[in-house]
Amino acid sequence: MKAFIKKIERINFGLMSPENIRDMSVVTVEYPDTYGDDGFPIDKGLMDPRLGIIDPSLVCRTCGSKGGVCQGHFGSIELARPVIHVGFGDVIHKILRSTCNECGRALLTDDEIKEYTNKILELKAQNESIGGILKKIYELANKKECDECPHCGTIQDKIILDKPVSMVQIINPLCEFKKVFYDEMSADSISIGEIGPISREIVENKEEYFQNRLLVNSNLLELLCEHLHNVDEIIDILDSDDEIDASYELSNTQLNNIFKTIVDSNGLIEEYKLTASEVRERLEKITDEDSFVLGVNPEVARPEWLVLTVLPVPPVTVRPSIILDTGERSEDDLTHKLVDILRINQRLLENMEAGAPQLIVEDLWELLQYHVTTYFDNEASGVPPARHRSGRPLKTLTQRLKGKEGRFRSNLSGKRVNFSARTVISPDPNISINEVGVPEMIAKEVTVPVHVNEWNIDEMRTYIENGPDVHPGANYVINGDTKRRVTEETKEFILENLEPGYIIERHLKDGDMVLFNRQPSLHRMSMMAHEVRVLPYKTFRLNLCVCPPYNADFDGDEMNMHVFQTDESRAEAKSLMRVQEHILSPRFGGPIIGAIHDHISGAYLLTRDGVEFTEEQALQIIRKSHLKIPEFKSNQWILKYDPDFDEESFIYKDKGDKWTGKELFSLLLPNDLNLSYTAEISKCPEVYPPEDAEVIIKNGILEQGVIDESAYGSFSGKILDKIVKEYGPGRAKEFLDRSTDLAICGIMKTGITTSLNDEEIPEEAQDRINEHLDNKMAEVDKLVEAYEEGYLEALPGRSLAETLEMRIMQVLGEARDMSGQIAEHYLTMGKQSLDDTYDHVMAVENHSVVMARTGARASMLNLTQITACVGQQAVRGGRIERGYINRTLPHFKKGELGAKAKGFVHSSYKSGLDPIEFFFHAMGGREGLVDTAIRTAQSGYMQRRLVNALQDLQVKPSGLVTDNQGNVIQTMFGEDGVDPAKSDFGKAANLDKLIDEIRMEGK
Amino acid sequence: MKSEFDIQKHKLVPKHEIMTEEEISNEFSDVDYDFKNLPKIKVTDPVAESIGAKPGDILRITRESQTAGEFITYRIVEV
Repeated sequence: MKAFIKKIERINFGLMSPENIRDMSVVTVEYPDTYGDDGFPIDKGLMDPRLGIIDPSLVCRTCGSKGGVCQGHFGSIELARPVIHVGFGDVIHKILRSTCNECGRALLTDDEIKEYTNKILELKAQNESIGGILKKIYELANKKECDECPHCGTIQDKIILDKPVSMVQIINPLCEFKKVFYDEMSADSISIGEIGPISREIVENKEEYFQNRLLVNSNLLELLCEHLHNVDEIIDILDSDDEIDASYELSNTQLNNIFKTIVDSNGLIEEYKLTASEVRERLEKITDEDSFVLGVNPEVARPEWLVLTVLPVPPVTVRPSIILDTGERSEDDLTHKLVDILRINQRLLENMEAGAPQLIVEDLWELLQYHVTTYFDNEASGVPPARHRSGRPLKTLTQRLKGKEGRFRSNLSGKRVNFSARTVISPDPNISINEVGVPEMIAKEVTVPVHVNEWNIDEMRTYIENGPDVHPGANYVINGDTKRRVTEETKEFILENLEPGYIIERHLKDGDMVLFNRQPSLHRMSMMAHEVRVLPYKTFRLNLCVCPPYNADFDGDEMNMHVFQTDESRAEAKSLMRVQEHILSPRFGGPIIGAIHDHISGAYLLTRDGVEFTEEQALQIIRKSHLKIPEFKSNQWILKYDPDFDEESFIYKDKGDKWTGKELFSLLLPNDLNLSYTAEISKCPEVYPPEDAEVIIKNGILEQGVIDESAYGSFSGKILDKIVKEYGPGRAKEFLDRSTDLAICGIMKTGITTSLNDEEIPEEAQDRINEHLDNKMAEVDKLVEAYEEGYLEALPGRSLAETLEMRIMQVLGEARDMSGQIAEHYLTMGKQSLDDTYDHVMAVENHSVVMARTGARASMLNLTQITACVGQQAVRGGRIERGYINRTLPHFKKGELGAKAKGFVHSSYKSGLDPIEFFFHAMGGREGLVDTAIRTAQSGYMQRRLVNALQDLQVKPSGLVTDNQGNVIQTMFGEDGVDPAKSDFGKAANLDKLIDEIRMEGK
Repeated sequence: MKSEFDIQKHKLVPKHEIMTEEEISNEFSDVDYDFKNLPKIKVTDPVAESIGAKPGDILRITRESQTAGEFITYRIVEV
């Protein structure tokens, strides 16, 4: 098909007139059937061939094009009676209540109409929204009690919308009757006895006196008149202390009160449901000028078109029927609905022609309205949804378009793609951070198109020879317009004809660029370009350092992979999306890709004080970590080799000397790296030896300190951060890959294990904790006593009860912290000093603590909760209050305020919780779960709105930020023009750090 | 009676100045946007009123910035 390039200048929205619909229609559908007994579509039925065809072997009778090309053509149904369109229920209601019920003019004075017309024209000329002004207009024109039409003077009845499509007029005789009555009253005042005759006189000639036709047609006036004749009733209403009779002269207020009370107490108000025809008649009466102020532009829409008289029938391509395996035809939901509409329409027509009673016609009309309503929207409130025979609600027009699964969000904003794969992920520390392990099965399925040229033709030949089932093979060969699958049969033919210009869809092989993604894709690091490594088995393999940016773990997570199909996309991804380009996160200007878990504890075990290896072991480690083996010169190893310096500044190591872990780690570092910082383990109360907490790197040698989370952990790695920023992402990638290997070696030399013994503390410690907890409990009891005795002093701005609660929370917080500190004192990583004799039960090394202190996993809080005391359980940020009346559980006294009664858990996880503690713990735990569930939903929606608002912004080279209209958002990006990913943890520069570095280099 | 309170002196109100023709031609000689695309400020805005800005004027706003220390931005006065 030839493409026409046209530019859309503007889009005009309007309503379709019945004439439009008829003009567009190629067939007037009359019969509620689809296919006849012969299997052919029925003429003038819902599957009439003129509505378009799907079968590619047929030619469309309307447009003459083949099936698949023919987009289909609309038909129409002539509705026996008009029907209100659900989508316009509230628009119709707003228009009706803003126009006169009798003359159809807008309830605005001529001046107002002129004024607002001009205002709307002005806004439209400035391309601004007219929503605000229309709201004002509708407010102004809205009928109020006893309002008169400024044009014909009729007193207006209120009109109410009975959702979704019924318009109800509230007929209230009061206002108009009062007006007429006062006009007819001869004197200024009137006696009770006179009311009756006057009103009789009015009511008997009501056609003359009243303008409201609905009121005239009802019998409300007669009923009112009857009541007004009843002198006793009127006297009752007056409820006077004096004796009154029919000659009593009434004041105006009394008269008003009489009318109102009679109308109200006798229910002389009628609700009249307007039929769609009546609604349409009223809308027809609205002049073009009036409809313009009411927001209906007469150039593209007339108010009466809001009520349907002709219903468009969408082409069959919109509602294709499916042929089931059994050979049965199954029709689309829309077709089902149209069948219903046609059926009722026909019955209604027949009944009307036969002159059936009004009641029956109205019932059928109502039913037609229901079917047309649900045809448009099957989830309209107040309408029971139309169901399939199986009980499933039908998916009609609105449901097709609306929401996340609707046409817009699911099919137009998001599409399914080819050349993608999805499977479970698993870890592989032996591949690089910018690689992804692709199962062979997938590599053989998704392909890369390669243009054959004279240089690669031999390589391509081998792929074709391998075919689709042997790994580096090919699946398809494309020559111009013909695409041929490579099979045993076609192989030979293809090989014979293969020449430059062909395109081979070859299997994925090592080194190909692919896009790798894990949902939810919350930031740009959720989609990165990786290099392929074809591996056995069926999972995607990824390096552990890229878990944080994807937020991935291996408890069953799945990820998606996309293969680039053009050289442009591949090149762009290679420069913008590769993993190493995203080591630094624009969120906080530090590394987000970095070491986690064993990677961190491994480095600690390798670099801590006293780790030594024999030369043989050291060389093994170097080899295993794929590091360059240091140069060996005149019986010495050159640890750091910098050709810029003379040989004296080299760092030598004699042959046969032992190697320390720090020396091994130094091999990873760039030669001229200078850095000092405080390690993560400095948060330990005592570090042995204390120098280990202060890291000093001089000329690429780790002189002092251990490697832990602060060195190269994700989110906080100082060395990693410096390497990316000063040596570039390539070097950083290499550093991470090699350090992964080295850390694995380190952890394998020492070994790491943990058991419940790691959370063991000596009895003496347990005693201290218990004693301490007892003291704190006593303190809480004292507070409670002070409160009950009334000598507790309230904190400023707090009530006494709040003060007590705060004080108790504080004491209990201290209780947990202190017991934690006691336990922490015994939970040490290992040796405390050279002559440590290990007099407590603690083993020589405690790997749980190693993991917590180095930042690899878990925290000291986790450990002390296991060993010492779990602490206060909280619901809604306070102690637990809910449960029974004035108490949490029936095990406590009513109003008890002690620690135990409100959810303090004395026990540790290891010693076990008693049933009451367990119950409170479950309460707190449940709140945590519910909160996370709610938070993800809320933040997801927040993010959606934020992204929608910001997605079209662009930063110009000058730093100017504009939206897609060219409006300036910022004259300089972020006001300082700094790329946060290249900043130093959000700051443009860190002077202290710079000074430190210069000082170190000078030394 | 006009209010004695000068909102320009409030610490949360940044400095607003009406730019002269000369300043405009100086400061906007090399920008890649049109004046009409600048962020807008209403003439009825209290600050605009207090300095007597007229529609079409360009205001120079000098404010404290978390990232840049001090930042100069512009707004065009509109009805």
